[in-house]
Amino acid sequence: MNIKPISVTELNLYIKDKINKDEFLNNVYIKGEISNFKHHYTGHMYFTLKDEKSLIKCIMFKSSTERLNFTPKDGMKVRVFGTVAVFERDGVYQIYCKAMEEDGLGDLYQKYEELKNKLEKKGLFDSIHKKRIPFMPKVIGVLTSSTGSVIRDIINVSTRRNPNVYIRLLPVPVQGSGAEKEIAKAIEIMNEKKLADVIILARGGGSLEDLWPFNEEIVAEAIYNSNIPIISAVGHETDFTIADFVADLRAPTPSAAAELAVKDMRDINEKLMNYNKRYKLALNKKVEFMKLRFEKVMNRRAYTNPLQRIQDEYVRLDKVMKNIEISIIKQEKELRVKTIELITKIDSLSPLKILTRGYVVAEKEGNIVKSVDDIKLNDDINVTFSDGKVKANVKEILKNK
Amino acid sequence: MEQDFNFEDAIAELEKIAQELENGKLNLDEAIKKFEVGMELSKKCTDYLENAEKKINVLVEKNGELVEEKFEN
Repeated sequence: MNIKPISVTELNLYIKDKINKDEFLNNVYIKGEISNFKHHYTGHMYFTLKDEKSLIKCIMFKSSTERLNFTPKDGMKVRVFGTVAVFERDGVYQIYCKAMEEDGLGDLYQKYEELKNKLEKKGLFDSIHKKRIPFMPKVIGVLTSSTGSVIRDIINVSTRRNPNVYIRLLPVPVQGSGAEKEIAKAIEIMNEKKLADVIILARGGGSLEDLWPFNEEIVAEAIYNSNIPIISAVGHETDFTIADFVADLRAPTPSAAAELAVKDMRDINEKLMNYNKRYKLALNKKVEFMKLRFEKVMNRRAYTNPLQRIQDEYVRLDKVMKNIEISIIKQEKELRVKTIELITKIDSLSPLKILTRGYVVAEKEGNIVKSVDDIKLNDDINVTFSDGKVKANVKEILKNK
Repeated sequence: MEQDFNFEDAIAELEKIAQELENGKLNLDEAIKKFEVGMELSKKCTDYLENAEKKINVLVEKNGELVEEKFEN
């Protein structure tokens, strides 16, 4: 053997060089499942990518991991973009990852869009189906995991707002296969047994896969069919699940959901106190107004000078009496004039008046003699003159023929 | 607590009474009556809030039945 052996380092460098020059290996795009995942304190990630038959070591430097929009973990199916290179010290080749995405997400997004369109067409998102959240629910039903920060946040916010709040937690799994069935069943149980006046359906943030139960049709239908109003708070503020669209109200976070379901007692107490104030003010105003009216009425002459009316009546009476007096005097005067007229008239008709003109009146035994037939010869008669009487004896009767 | 008292209705009634009192059209007798009704309702609301009892419970299944228990976080 004339050939001179080379060192291990030389061999590894050679292989490294070969691989570096390979166009294909410079830009690989592969899919696999993560295992042995380690997030080093330096920020780099070390893991193995595998399929059913084979595996390859991977490294992702901090500069690249910062751009990840999810947290990789063991068992997760991913697609990796990177470069295959040799680490000559250990004589291994590995993938230097530049980018990584969750595998199957494309499918999920498509499913999400399809279901969203389907349910939208069915009218499950229509606002006319949205139930009003009760003003003061007696019981707040909460459907979420019994562990973790979500239920804690809800309890904290709720009790801070209303120290006497009544929360009924019905624990449900919020991720993983079968969670959707449990969630739907929980909604049905709450309705069937009327266990709450409002339901908060909540889950913390997570990947699209984590949130997936809330994108299942069975959950959407259960929310839609619920007689109890449902507030959804699934994932982060930027995550919109199908459940959010069907729910009667969507809250950006579980804490916000608690705020929407539980009234702040300080506000309520202030409101009540405000009513008390308004009532007292309004009644005082009314009383004040009535007092003013009363004073105004009492200021009227009828009350300030109650004798006025009587005085007025006296004046009227005086006037009437005066009128009567005037009218009586007038009548008397008229009567007097008339009397004088009559007297004059009577006077002119008096027989005595005639006597002054030379006539006389003959009387026999007190009766006026109107005819010569009334007297006989030798009768004594009285003859009255205007200025006296004579007694006469009839000596002769000469009756006109 | 399970009496038939609807807080929201009570608040709505309080608002109505406040407006009736404020528009001044009631006669004094009616106003006083309304005032009393309002004050009583307001007290009922306060009582309702004060008598409410804090309960943080969890529903657990026991022998196929849902049982309510105190929730220990």
